Amino acid sequence: MSSAIYTRRRITNAVAMVLSSIATVIGLVFLAWILWVTVSNGISALNLKLFTRITAYGADGGLSNAIVGSLGMDLLALLICAPIGVLAGTYLAEYAATSRLGATIRFLNDILLSAPSIVLGLFVYVIVVVPMSNVTHGAVSFSGVAGAIALALIGLPVIVRTTDEMLQLVPGSLREAALSLGIPQWKLTVQVLMRAATSGILTGVLLALARLAGETAPLLFTAFGNNFMTYSPLSKTASVPVAIYQYTNDPNPALHAIAWAGALLITLFVLALSLLTRLFFSRKKVSHD
Amino acid sequence: MHAARTETPARDFETRARTDARHDRIFHGALKSCALLVLAALLGAALSMLWGGREVLFQHGFHFLTSSSWNPVTDDYGALAPVFGTLVTSLIALVLAVPLSFGIALFLTEIAPVWMRGPVGTAIELLAGIPSIIYGMWGLFIFVPFMARIEPALSSTLGQIPLIGKLFEGPPLGLGILTAGIVLAVMILPFISSVMREVFQTVPKRLKESAYALGSTTREVVWDIVLPYTRSAVIGGIFLGLGRALGETMAVTFVLGNSDNITSSLLMPGTSISSSIANEFNEAVGTHRSALIALGFLLFVVTFIVLLIARLMLRQLARREGN
Repeated sequence: MSSAIYTRRRITNAVAMVLSSIATVIGLVFLAWILWVTVSNGISALNLKLFTRITAYGADGGLSNAIVGSLGMDLLALLICAPIGVLAGTYLAEYAATSRLGATIRFLNDILLSAPSIVLGLFVYVIVVVPMSNVTHGAVSFSGVAGAIALALIGLPVIVRTTDEMLQLVPGSLREAALSLGIPQWKLTVQVLMRAATSGILTGVLLALARLAGETAPLLFTAFGNNFMTYSPLSKTASVPVAIYQYTNDPNPALHAIAWAGALLITLFVLALSLLTRLFFSRKKVSHD
Repeated sequence: MHAARTETPARDFETRARTDARHDRIFHGALKSCALLVLAALLGAALSMLWGGREVLFQHGFHFLTSSSWNPVTDDYGALAPVFGTLVTSLIALVLAVPLSFGIALFLTEIAPVWMRGPVGTAIELLAGIPSIIYGMWGLFIFVPFMARIEPALSSTLGQIPLIGKLFEGPPLGLGILTAGIVLAVMILPFISSVMREVFQTVPKRLKESAYALGSTTREVVWDIVLPYTRSAVIGGIFLGLGRALGETMAVTFVLGNSDNITSSLLMPGTSISSSIANEFNEAVGTHRSALIALGFLLFVVTFIVLLIARLMLRQLARREGN
């Protein structure tokens, strides 16, 4: 009797273990499948034209204007969200660690972190693209700046959160030691705490870059896209993700090949960034535990 | 002489203290305004979409929420079809992703040998790092043909069961609600499993060890000790995944098929809030554009509520951990 119960428990346990292992294998299969498809299709479509020709040539062209546009907007987005994010994160960690305002901002920042990116694109369309077009009577509407602002909104919560967490990891004795020397709070924060947390804050900035570099939806209604090379932040700007989106929607298989090459570039860039920061970050985390 | 000598450093000290205090105030103000910008961004997003969609939201009002017609020619807009598509695809994604994520989290915390946990965990989380446009391309070019091959088999097996059979009727297009749901499931898998994995690790060792000492099997420990201890956070993680699924655009736009119909079959093409916006926005003018922004407002409100619940549930565990 009791041995029957025992056997049944052992069997249920074994079944649960097997199912759980199968779940993991399924997850890994999808990862391998997606990566394999991207790499194999992307490599066969890689060539020099990709980097030298603009999208206006169509099937005979490349993605050079999209690559330049993406790099420009990503950089501009970082220039916007990194300072704001680091200062906001510092406020949360140093001035509002326990206050109600701090708790509210932290909470809403977490929500912003997972808010739908297409909604942020619409937001920037309404507050930047439409007013700019009204002010300039249509001369400037969709623009690289608008795209960068939309991307900055995606990177911002990542930076706020990591900065907040990293500064909270700095030991309290460091603060007390500095304050006991009569250093004003701002000097303590900038010259002691931020310096101690530099690598952590940098990790946050890189994570934000990895996140915003692959975004497509917020760029559709802000930067729009452009078939020609542009260096002006006030004109419609091409980007790799939006070019991939347009080429995938096109029935022409030659454009699909270019889209795969773009997909490979962007995946390699994003995954390399997140893997690097992960290595960097996990080494840091261990030393604090 | 004496007085002057002692006075100078004192006055120096005072002016310095005063400038320090002033700098501190400026610094504090700068930091605080940056932090308030985060609040402003979220509030601004809600208000701006309410403003952008005011024409449709206030003039059509209730009709917008209950009508299933979407006709740019007659300017008659109802959100029912996109809302239906968004909810159904997200639901399919949850039904598939929750058990899989649970299995993965269980594997990574209890079953796998320790050397395997790091690399496998990182690999699963890499799924979260792949840009959603890549999921869309893979979905359209690889997964849709794959589904088109297995859908006849689904129709002839699951489709024959009396009640749920209706869900699996229809032509094997490959495109459709079911395909979109599966792609979404793969996308949210890493989010849910990493939350579950993290909270499973917060269960005190002595609780688990006590149960093992009483002769529990691993399944019993997870089911009776780990899950009850982490219940609220696990639900929080699931809602976090749901929030992602509701708002995802690029992964579903290509594979959904873009049709404004509400059908009982999961194999039929459909639409979703985000894919309607992505597909139509740049060609839309006037009321049509306003209707799309109003859809965005709906999406924002729904995901906000879902994410709010998620964060509240996750916070409960964190608070208990602190006690």
